[in-house]
Amino acid sequence: MKALVAVKRVVDYNVKVRAKADGSDVDIANVKMSMNPFDEIAVEEAVRLKEAGKVSEIVAVSLGVKGCEETLRTALAMGADRAVHVETDAPLEPLAVAKLLKAVVEREAPQLVIVGKQAIDDDANQTGQMLAALLGWPQGTFASKVEAADGALLVTREIDGGLENVELKLPALVTTDLRLNEPRFIKLPNIMAAKKKPLDKLSVEELGVDIAPRLTVLKVAEPAARKAGVKVANAAELVAKLKNEAKVL
Amino acid sequence: MIYHAPLKDMLFALNELAELPAVCALPGYEDCSVELTEAILEEAAKFAEGVLAPTNRAGDAGSRLVDGKVVTPEGFADAWRQYVDAGWIGLRAPQDFGGQGLPALVALAAEEMWCSANLAFSLAPMLTLGTVEALLHHASEELRNTYLPRLSTGQWTGTMNLTEPQAGSDLAQVRTRAVPQADGSYKLSGQKIFITWGEHELAENIVHLVLARLPDAPEGVKGISLFVVPKFLVNADGSLGARNDVHCVSLEHKMGIHGSPTCVMSYGDNGGAIGYLVGEANKGLAYMFTMMNHARLGVGVEGLALSERAYQKAVEYARERVQSRDIGAADQQPVAIIRHPDVRRMLLTMKAQIEAQRALACVAAAALDRAARHPNPEEKARNQALLNFLIPIVKGWCTEAANDITSLAVQVHGGMGYIEETGVAQYYRDARITAIYEGTTGIQALDLVGRKTAADGGRVARALIGEVRRTAEALSADAQMARLAEGLRDGAERAEACVAYVVDEFARDARRPAAGSVAFLKLMGLLLGGWQMGRAALIAKERLAEEGADVAFLSAKRATAAFYGAHLLPQVGALAASLLDGADAVLGCDDAAF
Repeated sequence: MKALVAVKRVVDYNVKVRAKADGSDVDIANVKMSMNPFDEIAVEEAVRLKEAGKVSEIVAVSLGVKGCEETLRTALAMGADRAVHVETDAPLEPLAVAKLLKAVVEREAPQLVIVGKQAIDDDANQTGQMLAALLGWPQGTFASKVEAADGALLVTREIDGGLENVELKLPALVTTDLRLNEPRFIKLPNIMAAKKKPLDKLSVEELGVDIAPRLTVLKVAEPAARKAGVKVANAAELVAKLKNEAKVL
Repeated sequence: MIYHAPLKDMLFALNELAELPAVCALPGYEDCSVELTEAILEEAAKFAEGVLAPTNRAGDAGSRLVDGKVVTPEGFADAWRQYVDAGWIGLRAPQDFGGQGLPALVALAAEEMWCSANLAFSLAPMLTLGTVEALLHHASEELRNTYLPRLSTGQWTGTMNLTEPQAGSDLAQVRTRAVPQADGSYKLSGQKIFITWGEHELAENIVHLVLARLPDAPEGVKGISLFVVPKFLVNADGSLGARNDVHCVSLEHKMGIHGSPTCVMSYGDNGGAIGYLVGEANKGLAYMFTMMNHARLGVGVEGLALSERAYQKAVEYARERVQSRDIGAADQQPVAIIRHPDVRRMLLTMKAQIEAQRALACVAAAALDRAARHPNPEEKARNQALLNFLIPIVKGWCTEAANDITSLAVQVHGGMGYIEETGVAQYYRDARITAIYEGTTGIQALDLVGRKTAADGGRVARALIGEVRRTAEALSADAQMARLAEGLRDGAERAEACVAYVVDEFARDARRPAAGSVAFLKLMGLLLGGWQMGRAALIAKERLAEEGADVAFLSAKRATAAFYGAHLLPQVGALAASLLDGADAVLGCDDAAF
């Protein structure tokens, strides 16, 4: 079966993120960018399924600026067979991403789509669910285990208070959780090979998708700095402070 | 993060100062590009930080010899397996034998990361690559085909067996014997010492390159031949055969790099170790010298790499450690020690030298690539001469400085630095060897004054001093760099006087320039490092004017360059004085006075 994996270019998880001075957005100028860690897990899972003989071809897709090519090359070095880049400088909200991915899915006709459960930049946790809904496919979100069975996919989901096992009829969509796997270190020969693998370009116009933003960002601000703590004399004072100052009781 | 690969500074040195795009345009390097290099170095960084660096502390507990076998520290075997699986050993190994054949310049940045992450570990691949280089250039096709495919991929490792108890820097004293056999092989017997990674179980086989004498060999350096002696003999079909008569009889107890087993190797205790002649008889030393440039560049990078890791640890501590109030502030609250002027002075002394050394090492690596691949014979020769001149400087200066810089890192930690559990003392101990092996600083300095300066009448040295002057000139319009420009101008003048002195005196009485040779080496290192910082400051200024410039990085680069001009370049004057006026004081002292 053919698998499609979506990968997002985000601020590297090691970077301390800062808001722009005018509060319009996060400042990503000259900041190290890399693949969304949940998407790395998605690529890794697809590669493992391919190594197990369950997946025949892996197509990696990324949407956004020119720099996404680097993210796609990383996916190719990890083991994806080819890449599709929908290039646009426009900001993309989860619904637009889901619609664009739907259009790519319709062209590629994969049996399985794997995406990260969320991206570490906006933490929206929406794209996978929206895409499954738009496609009318079953979805296994927050997967911590994926097994390919005959014509179906067995997915263990991490849910509040435990694990849930679901069986999905193919074609299906999976969103990855942290414990699904640990992505491999990339091998040098694979980095060299990745630059020779095909990377196709598509435009938003070609896909005929309306990506106009539907949300308005009012302000992006950094969290208030933590204030120094105070010592309380006894439990009564603590309760009083929680009630009157913190107003949490 | 216990180690964070300085990718931005590496890429700046590679792209801007060592002109990586031009290196990628050389014949045979077409597969390489700036983008590919970035992708490779990002993954190398992840590997160095995530796999190698965590094994460094355990490595300090050391390798042990148990029943003739070396037991490596915890985590080393697994790290080696991952390193080989990921193909990292193949970075600059030849494509024909399973490597990637990338430029030395690209490999150098990755090698700095391996050395920072775990120097003791990194010596195994480094020596293996040295073995590959020697066999590639000098061995018969049969030997190449037998050994190179497995060495280039790390399936086997390689060692260099030069030193014997009586033959250290003076290899003319080598006594190991090689006796020709009827089948064309040789039987070797003798003892070799200081053999790094001479015995271990990480790889299936170990390929020893051994210097030895044939029975009819002339005395001295012209009677030394080079042999391949495998730990396990190799059958015609490539499978491993009998255990050869070469054994590790003990491990040295060293000051540092404890993870790396330094072996006493005994050849021929049971009738003779079977070996194969590499190239022609009696040319062994010349063959070893063809690898010398790359090996010495590599050791210079080892020094730089330890300086970098020690610096990172010192900065981290200086930001966290709160002690005493800010001397200039009314506020009585204690502050992080990074606020204290002398701590800043120490950190900047480390940072400025590290950046200058990284740049100079990269420039040398680019010269190595050009000397190997440039299609124009004149350019090839010019780069070879430049490389030959830079090698003793990069090796000597970076490793001497590594001793100072890792010592400063201990100093920043105060009393905690002296406590082993803090971890910074390991870098100081590990760094000590880098100024000793692969030719001591004294040997490098003699090479610099003799073969590299006096021999060509100072031609290459003067050409470089001309470059320094041009950079100083370009900097003169840059107000923030006034001290740097002045230091470079003044330094160039003094360096020119030193070159004239070396050239004149070497012919008259070589003892005189030899007495000041280390001063001359350090002077050239400081000056050429300053030249690189000057170039960096100019480029940073240009980049800062561009839209979307990385202001934080580029401003820091300029601030660091300004510090270099104000605090480090003034030392050039003192070093020049000790070369120009110091010989009598060295030579005039009677032996009995010591």
